[in-house]
Amino acid sequence: MSKLHKIAVSPHIHSGQSTSGIMRDVLIALLPATVAGVVLFGARAALVLAVCVAACVGFEALFNWIAKKDQTVGDLSAAVTGLLLGLNLPVNIPLWQCVIGSLFAIVVVKCLFGGIGCNLVNPAITARVFMLVAFDTTMSGVANYPTPAGVDAIAGATPLADKAPVRPLLDLLFGKHGGCIGEVCALALLAGGVYLVARRVITWQVPVTFVGTVFVFSLLMEGFDPVAATAAILSGGLLIGAIFMATDYVTSPPTPWGKVVFGIGCGAITCLIRYFGSLPEGVSYAILFMNILNPYIGKWTKHKVFGTGGAH
Amino acid sequence: MNQNSNAATLWRGILKENPVLVLILGTCPTLATTKTVDGAFGMGIAAMVVLICSNVFISLLRRFIPETVRIPCYIVIIAGFVTIVKLFMQAYLPDLHKELGVFLDLITVNCIILGRAEMFASKNPVVKSALDGVGMGIGFTLALLAMSLVREVLGAGTFAGNPVPFLQDYHVKFLQEAPGGLLVYGLLIALVYVITKGRAPGKKSFDCAGCPNAATCHTGSCQEKGADA
Repeated sequence: MSKLHKIAVSPHIHSGQSTSGIMRDVLIALLPATVAGVVLFGARAALVLAVCVAACVGFEALFNWIAKKDQTVGDLSAAVTGLLLGLNLPVNIPLWQCVIGSLFAIVVVKCLFGGIGCNLVNPAITARVFMLVAFDTTMSGVANYPTPAGVDAIAGATPLADKAPVRPLLDLLFGKHGGCIGEVCALALLAGGVYLVARRVITWQVPVTFVGTVFVFSLLMEGFDPVAATAAILSGGLLIGAIFMATDYVTSPPTPWGKVVFGIGCGAITCLIRYFGSLPEGVSYAILFMNILNPYIGKWTKHKVFGTGGAH
Repeated sequence: MNQNSNAATLWRGILKENPVLVLILGTCPTLATTKTVDGAFGMGIAAMVVLICSNVFISLLRRFIPETVRIPCYIVIIAGFVTIVKLFMQAYLPDLHKELGVFLDLITVNCIILGRAEMFASKNPVVKSALDGVGMGIGFTLALLAMSLVREVLGAGTFAGNPVPFLQDYHVKFLQEAPGGLLVYGLLIALVYVITKGRAPGKKSFDCAGCPNAATCHTGSCQEKGADA
């Protein structure tokens, strides 16, 4: 690793990107999904999101203050974590559980490992998995919640959980089905993804290979029924996971081929859990799993430094 | 304080060389019995009694136990005391006996007890070995109590079986489960590291024979590796 570090002489060009700028773009990209979630699920969705964002920012500020570290709240990454976590929760989750989840995401997953850039796994996704284990009864469904405006009926946690025939694709696209606050409206998530790619905040490799792998796998499992396979990629947390969580800079590989491997791995594990596991949805676990493998993927797919020799 | 004084021998087991949180020995019973404060306390006391008795006897017999078969000899001594403790507990504390279950028998192969036999009692006089047993036993019990306090109060909303107001409605069940146990364990290790400012004994400060793995290793290979790392 430390064999050759060549840095060109100045002048260096600043790309103009900054952490807070990137995070602001992510927040903007999440705006459509946030609005859609609030419209579909009502005011309580906004409350859940607000509590998560406030708790994440608050805990980060508190941790930095207690540990006498530089204040990093200004880079907006805690706000992104809070918003992502909130969007991944069911609307009727008790608020105190949101606070515990935010505490876990920010303090345990992020700050204790050294803060932004040092976390091994994505804070929002890990907190979601933590909450799935910790609060299984409140995390697993929206069954007892009154039907929100605009939605005909709520069947359960996610369309993946019930064995009903495939839902109309348009309903899935516009979010007229049960699920977490931010994951239901596929159109809004796709709009956010397009914005992020256009702004060069993320590259296309991870989302496309992730979703593509799930599509191909589902096609095989559903007997080559393209409608069912499309429903599979529009259901559950796949799009929000693929676009916003799997593309986290810190926990996904930096190289194009690394991203491809990462995306395919995420997709394959998601489908293995969906079709063969005991859980209805596997996106969170898949991303968490690939986060842990990320250093190895990075090692396998490292660019060969030009001029250092070795076999081709 | 003199490193070899009796007081130092007693005290270092509690924080500086805490068997669970610094030496990272006895992880299995630590995770298994800390779901409740009762279980943790019972386990800590039972292990402490066995540790003190086995340390004393191994120290007494240290000139008679042949080097080549020392581990079986230690195990026989330890197993004898475990049986005594187990039968007493079965007779007088049947509930606790039921809760601890197989982990009571497993004290026999608890690596804290075996480790202290190998690291300390086999080469120190009786009084010091007994003090080492007391110190390490208290350290073990305190570590288990700290862990079980977090896991039971925050994880189940009860303290020693009694509901805690407020928390009984807002507990995090995750802490009662094995992953939650590992999480609390890790956080406590980090906390002790912060308190001792990382001055816990490193690999270098043990000689080869003093290493917790000496019972199974004795090759010294880690020392060579440690030199160039």
